[in-house]
Amino acid sequence: MTIALEVRHLSIDYVSKRQPLKAVEDVSFEVKQGRSLALVGESGCGKTTTMLALMRLLPREGRIVSGQILCNGVDLLQLSENQMRQYRWQRIGIVFQGAMNALNPVQKVGHQIAEAMVRHEQRSWKDASQRAGELMEIVGIQPERAQQYPHQFSGGMRQRVMIAMALACKPDILIADEPTTALDVMVQAQILEILQSLQKELGLAVIIVTHDLGVVAEVCDEVLVMYGGKTAEYGTVADVFSHPLHPYTRRLLQAFPDIDNLNSTLASIPGHPPALHDLPQGCRFEPRCARKSALCNTVSPSISELRADHFAACHHPEEGNYAN
Amino acid sequence: MQIDTPSPVLEVSNVRKLYPISGGLRQFLRQQGSSFVHALDGISFRLERGEILGVVGESGSGKSTTALSVLGLINPTEGHIMFDGQDVNQMVRSRDRMKLRRQVQMIFQDPYEALNPRQTVYEIVAEPLEVHHIVRTKEEKTERVKIALLQAGLKPPENYLKRYPGELSGGQRQRVVIAGALVLQPKLLVADEPVSMLDVSIRAEILNLLRQLRDEHGISILYITHDLATAGFFTDRIAVMYLGRIVEIGKTSEVLKDPIHPYTRALISVIPTTKQDRKQKRVILQGEIPNPVDIPSGCRFHPRCPAAIDQCRDVDPQLDVKNGRHPVACIRADET
Amino acid sequence: MITALKEFLTRPAAIIGTFMLGIVLVAAIFGPSLAPFDPYARIRVDPSDLFAPPDNVHLLGRDDAGKDIWSQLIYGARVSLVVGFAASLVSMGIGTTVGLVAGYYGGRVGNLLMRLVDFLMVVPDLPLMLVIIAVWGRGLFNIILVIGLLGWTYTARLVRSQTLSIKERQYILRARSIGASNQRIILRHILPQVLPLIVAQSVLDISASILAESSLSFLGLGDPNLISWGSMLNFAMDRGAVSRQAWWFLLPPGFAILWVTLSLILIGNSLEETVNPRTRSHHLFDARRMVSLILPVPQPAQPPSSAPQPIQDIK
Repeated sequence: MTIALEVRHLSIDYVSKRQPLKAVEDVSFEVKQGRSLALVGESGCGKTTTMLALMRLLPREGRIVSGQILCNGVDLLQLSENQMRQYRWQRIGIVFQGAMNALNPVQKVGHQIAEAMVRHEQRSWKDASQRAGELMEIVGIQPERAQQYPHQFSGGMRQRVMIAMALACKPDILIADEPTTALDVMVQAQILEILQSLQKELGLAVIIVTHDLGVVAEVCDEVLVMYGGKTAEYGTVADVFSHPLHPYTRRLLQAFPDIDNLNSTLASIPGHPPALHDLPQGCRFEPRCARKSALCNTVSPSISELRADHFAACHHPEEGNYAN
Repeated sequence: MQIDTPSPVLEVSNVRKLYPISGGLRQFLRQQGSSFVHALDGISFRLERGEILGVVGESGSGKSTTALSVLGLINPTEGHIMFDGQDVNQMVRSRDRMKLRRQVQMIFQDPYEALNPRQTVYEIVAEPLEVHHIVRTKEEKTERVKIALLQAGLKPPENYLKRYPGELSGGQRQRVVIAGALVLQPKLLVADEPVSMLDVSIRAEILNLLRQLRDEHGISILYITHDLATAGFFTDRIAVMYLGRIVEIGKTSEVLKDPIHPYTRALISVIPTTKQDRKQKRVILQGEIPNPVDIPSGCRFHPRCPAAIDQCRDVDPQLDVKNGRHPVACIRADET
Repeated sequence: MITALKEFLTRPAAIIGTFMLGIVLVAAIFGPSLAPFDPYARIRVDPSDLFAPPDNVHLLGRDDAGKDIWSQLIYGARVSLVVGFAASLVSMGIGTTVGLVAGYYGGRVGNLLMRLVDFLMVVPDLPLMLVIIAVWGRGLFNIILVIGLLGWTYTARLVRSQTLSIKERQYILRARSIGASNQRIILRHILPQVLPLIVAQSVLDISASILAESSLSFLGLGDPNLISWGSMLNFAMDRGAVSRQAWWFLLPPGFAILWVTLSLILIGNSLEETVNPRTRSHHLFDARRMVSLILPVPQPAQPPSSAPQPIQDIK
């Protein structure tokens, strides 16, 4: 399998007069064609910043300090803005969180999907409308509904429209930012099913940014757990969820309600994630960690391969299976 | 008189709520009567003292209308809601209404929205005391605010009094909302998706806090959610709602281990699990909850039901106990 | 509030406007001690003093009655500002009340109030003012009242639309659920949110009121006992300043009106930009802006200030 996207040692700062901060530090990962990767973490962990950097859409204060983002051997960070615009559209499709509310209320949905192709690929309107119909079918909307307006669509349906738009120019990579947040459980399941089939049938590389471990477990192959701007753990979903190495990952899993085992208590992680402008000197999870030692307070652990294809940054990694 | 038979803190019987919708010019010209949105279509349940009842459903199921009716913020079209033996909607006298407002408190979904950004934590938590003229002196007020903040797990309370919601994290804000509810020492909390906007690691904290309030103060809780998984952990009983009706109600363990209604089964099957070895077959229902203006004939779930038979199109099933299990509204209940 | 003030003072327009208004305020407050002559005093004049051009003693020359124009200009500031502030206070009070009531309660009363607003908006103000003043009589109080009574419509609309959106916020539902009265909700929860916008709008109203007063006075319906910039212009036009080419009689009051109006508009607009509530968006990005970069989704009607930023801005 070819690697669709590779990120090497990415570090991002926010420079602002009030609070300069390190949002992302030394994050590396890769996504293969036809596979899916989850960027997981709580709010403020740097997952959204990382995602924006992939598209080079960081806000003005954002600076990519170091690192490479390789897409088919091309470093996206070296491209001119014009070249990047082509990549953004034709190689990487993206579904933003909340973007479903950004549909133009006074234009028909089919028209809006087609317009993307007319503008970016210089297709004729007729051609583009036909392709828009196909795309709507792929994401599970009856093509007749192309003639309807966004207000006639439910939240889940609008999210499907956004996915169809992202697919309009046949990208190789699809990035979905919190694709199921604010949707009902059944609709969540439907959207996840679509994302999974896109990955399997169209061979897309899918990157899902989420805070929901359930989403990760359902649809992703690999997972990158971020904490305080750094990678805590990185590996296949199967291995990470059955043998979590980082205490943070394990606590997160314990905080996730498992309805097959109702008698267990829901665990929470005491304390708060670190403030990015005031990071601890050692391990960023140290203040909340139950396994910490004196070492953790001073030395930030580096990431290393502790199991096959399974990386973690921890001085005292967890051992054994995780099965509750 | 009735000391030895404890009455439920809340009893909802046959509540219906219809919203008339104007049908526009065409309907007006044809002189048809206006149609209705059936937000609630005859729901009944009891909430015992110190009990946590989960009301689970998707958006459009009527769960939020239920919450607002219990709070007396919406008047049902039909039926009765008895709080502490008094009919909420007959509380015309303002003294009774104020008693309801004092003893039933709401916890909101979005802690970023539920707090006035221009008020300090102190002002927010003290406001209910002022509205109900409960405290006489400023010292007493400050004392009660501090106690409520402590109960809500904001320690030490002095650190929070002068802060604005914008300076707090999501979990802390939700605790402020809870403190604002606790300061009146309510009997019933209506919690509308209290954790769905929070990070996973914070959710358990908030739910554990609510459960602790029940255990220590005997507060009853009506937990409104779309998330069966957290409801499974947190509630004593669960009522599953679909399109304005309760389709299944029973002890949480029974409903989750032995679901009868096909809708409940589907909901349970799509609950994400992190256990790789336990992924079961998922039943993903197609489509979404129909528009509550024209409700399907017969069983309202039949167009999406994987187990529907012809009869389901005609018979409107009522909540019923079959084979000694928990109440469910499905004509095929005894087959499964 | 303090941060808003700080942000306000970073705007050049705000600083210039405040400085300009400051000068007028000083003139209005310390007028009698600043002005070299008392324009209300009866004086003996020599025929050569009439329409005398500027000289060392009379910086801006003299008018048709031989009175010092510079002193009149300073005294006029007082009338203009008093009328402006008082009238806008009246319209702020009415507009805020109408807007809050119409927005919060809505229903029939709200509709009725908004139809009244519509009516007042389409009726041309000036002719109406002329008629009312003609009936009530020319006096400072009547002028203030008329301008105030006809000038509240924009404030009412603004307050109503803000109230409508704030009313739907969850913290209003929370206030209702704890039993807060409507009065309390309006005064404690809605008004504080709308107030900054009302203040910004009222500053703009002041300039409109000053213009209205000037127009009335220019048309000869000002208070006959007071000197205002409008009445100075009126005298200048009536008594042949144009034919005598006495520019020093015509230009200064006109320039003064322009000066104070401009200063208030500069302040009002900067205030509005500072306090205007922006829609809450993600802390890192605004979905609409992102979508506009990725997809050619046209922006729905939005003020030009939030138009998509050029691509080059993003690094």
